Amino acid sequence: MISVSQLTKAYGHVTAVDHISFDVARGQIVGFLGPNGAGKSTTLKMLTCYLPPTSGTATVNGFDIFHQSHEVRENLGYLPENTPLYTEMKVNEYLDFRGRLRGMDRATRNKRIDYVVERCWLGNVRDRVIGRLSKGYRQRVGLADSLLHNPAVLILDEPTVGLDPTQIRETRKLIRDLGGDHTVLLSTHILPEVEAVCDRAVVIASGKLVAQGTPEELRTSRRMSARVLIECRGPVKDIENALSRVSGVSKVETLMPHASADKAFTTFALRPREGQDVREEAASTVTRNGWPLREIRLEHATLEEFFVQVTAQQAQAKGQTE
Amino acid sequence: MSTMTQTQSAVEPSKSTGGATVRKTGLLAKAPIIARRELFSYFVSPMAYVAMTLFLLACGFAFWQDFKPGQPALMRHLFDWMLWFLCFVVPMLCMGSISQEWASGTMEMMMTAPVTDSDVVVGKFMGAISFVCVLLAPTLVYVIMMASFSTSHVDLGPIFSGYLGMILAGSLFVAVSLFCSSLTRSQMVAAVSAFAILAVITIIPWLVGAWATLPDFWRVVINQGVYARYADFSKGVIDLGHVTFFVLMTAAFLFFTVKVLESRRWK
Repeated sequence: MISVSQLTKAYGHVTAVDHISFDVARGQIVGFLGPNGAGKSTTLKMLTCYLPPTSGTATVNGFDIFHQSHEVRENLGYLPENTPLYTEMKVNEYLDFRGRLRGMDRATRNKRIDYVVERCWLGNVRDRVIGRLSKGYRQRVGLADSLLHNPAVLILDEPTVGLDPTQIRETRKLIRDLGGDHTVLLSTHILPEVEAVCDRAVVIASGKLVAQGTPEELRTSRRMSARVLIECRGPVKDIENALSRVSGVSKVETLMPHASADKAFTTFALRPREGQDVREEAASTVTRNGWPLREIRLEHATLEEFFVQVTAQQAQAKGQTE
Repeated sequence: MSTMTQTQSAVEPSKSTGGATVRKTGLLAKAPIIARRELFSYFVSPMAYVAMTLFLLACGFAFWQDFKPGQPALMRHLFDWMLWFLCFVVPMLCMGSISQEWASGTMEMMMTAPVTDSDVVVGKFMGAISFVCVLLAPTLVYVIMMASFSTSHVDLGPIFSGYLGMILAGSLFVAVSLFCSSLTRSQMVAAVSAFAILAVITIIPWLVGAWATLPDFWRVVINQGVYARYADFSKGVIDLGHVTFFVLMTAAFLFFTVKVLESRRWK
């Protein structure tokens, strides 16, 4: 449905998007992840034909974004960052205007406006001026607009920014419901959002694609293994040494190392080698030495950790090449 | 606020039509839709009302100064004044037309809908010139007043041609203002630069022509100015050359504006 190949955007010497390639299958919801300034919005602007790529191509719904820009835009619903709207218009008037722009006749327009208003919970603000609405409502007006012509592809740039927690949940549910009928590409830097909503995630950092896969795949990728957290009391150095001798442990980290010396409980994080469970031996090591043990727990890698790791690597790589 | 259960029962099954609701459209088919919205936005904009008030007050003052007992029943002087007023008012009206859309990001919404750059520019032009007509309409009162109070015969020919000239000059002013508005995100910069261009093509040639004796070459140059051409209209002469001048200049500035919109793709 969306196919991106070697897409690049350069502003002078700065390469905002650097040879990105990925695909989005029909009916999938794909999260487009990256830290601020990674090139997410630029990529989405190219896919929606607002900016032309410096090199590379992409097709949306089978149409080329450069040569068939009109067809692409007819089949696309787009919610830009910050949801720009004509604030002097009423919600109804605005949606009617957008429907006309899309060449819909009166009957279709009325039917579709009723439908999107219902779907985006705008029923009670239909006759209100957009400029007087709260940020959450404006966001929904933007979303309603992007759904108006029932597009095959929806591109949403940070759709939940500025919403309150209830609205975020409702919006995510709405997006979830839209998958299947529509192909959705949504950008975000909120990780739980990806886990809650997306079938797949594409991660970019500093303009480069760094990973893609299902949220599950990303979490359990080889780079990221689980870790064991042990909270106990005793001489920090000794405990660290003892734990690092436990078989199967590749690395021991002391979390909060400067907490009032030996008197307080300290948390140690153990990185086990691939496929090894070190909990039993670690626990017996601690108790054998008479150090009071308060907690031991296996922690699965989070998407957040993965994200922090890949983006940090990217930043480091960039620093080395410069 | 409605809940999910309500919405789920109320919605129709959603099928991806992939653009089945979209009709095939011809050249500039979307421009009238944009023009309509544009005209509407003038009617809810405080700036437009300020401009309108200033313009009508100034016209009223000029009329009051001009029409005294014993004076000929002519609109010529009033038309001259109205042209000067338009030089100020049109940049004020159009300053936000495009610059505001860059600043707020609505241009992105516009350009990612299936419309062309020309649709946007021509639509905005049509909306603005319609509002200029709305602005001029109340001045027809002066024609009626003159006709009813004048003892001599009122010649309607020059009045008609005068209004035609004003609308043609107004079109050029709007096109220049739109062009300036497209170049910047700041409304202030747009208004000032538009006024500067209008001053160079309208007010300065008139000032120089009226108060200086010029060699022939410069006289010819001055006569290319907007005022010299417009003056013929208010005398009752519809010169095809002048009409062509205004239409072509307007088209040229609209063309430049379209190119400015396109230029974001060259960066």
